[in-house]
Amino acid sequence: MTNKPCRKDLLHWINVVSFSVDDAKLFLDTHPDNQEALAYFHEYSKLRNHALDEYAKYYGPLTVDTTVESCSDRWNWINEPWPWQEGGC
Amino acid sequence: MWIYEKRLQYPVKITQTNAKLAQVIMSQFGGPDGELAASMRYLSQRYTMPYKEVTGILTDIGTEELAHMEIVSSIIYQLTKDLSIEEIQKAGFDKYYVDHTLALWPQSAGGTPWTATYFQSKGDPITDLHEDMAAEQKARTTYDNILRLVKDPEIADPIRFLRAREVVHYQRFGESLRIVQDNLDSKNFYAFNPEFDMSADCGCKNK
Repeated sequence: MTNKPCRKDLLHWINVVSFSVDDAKLFLDTHPDNQEALAYFHEYSKLRNHALDEYAKYYGPLTVDTTVESCSDRWNWINEPWPWQEGGC
Repeated sequence: MWIYEKRLQYPVKITQTNAKLAQVIMSQFGGPDGELAASMRYLSQRYTMPYKEVTGILTDIGTEELAHMEIVSSIIYQLTKDLSIEEIQKAGFDKYYVDHTLALWPQSAGGTPWTATYFQSKGDPITDLHEDMAAEQKARTTYDNILRLVKDPEIADPIRFLRAREVVHYQRFGESLRIVQDNLDSKNFYAFNPEFDMSADCGCKNK
């Protein structure tokens, strides 16, 4: 049995945790010894990577590194809409 | 090296076209204080930056600015998608349309093409970081000006996100300037340029 996550919710979650990673990354550049920020970064980085893998599994990859092997004999990267298009991310 | 991620940093879903607003918002794509200039500024300055924290911040903010350029471009694309020739004429979008149809092209709201002269890469960390802090404030003011013209929450929402990021980037560049000054002679920050004058005891080498 699979617990397929809702596409919209999963994408929103990816945006949320990715933003946490982006913002913590900038803070860490100028505060490289801040332990609280380091722990925060690693926590959200893990959540982000997991969410990207989940998304790729059900809805196609958002990055080339999360491309999963499937039974399809076609390159699917071009099939899902681009982020500026309707239905895109 | 960059890797593309097939999503926007902040989502854009605009259901009502508005060519007039598109022409104004376009300035944050290819205008003097826009995201393209911001990205090129930081990604150009970073190579000769002698302090690793600042090289990092220039790389990571320069990268985020590319994502912001994509958000602004998506707003313009959706505001002008499938416009009829009547709508183009009525909105005064005909002067843009004649050269670019409905494609994206970096120019200011007034029609000036994007130019590398919008930014400087001076090769002096104090000089460059002052420019970077000013650039973030100029972009913030531009977003404030845009927000006074925008009533539609579908457009205002991503613009507010971009505005907030300018404030955060300004903060990070301020910290970067402090890091640079901490490495210099506090009696005279301008005694030498750590990107050029490589005196043996200047303490400015990558630590």
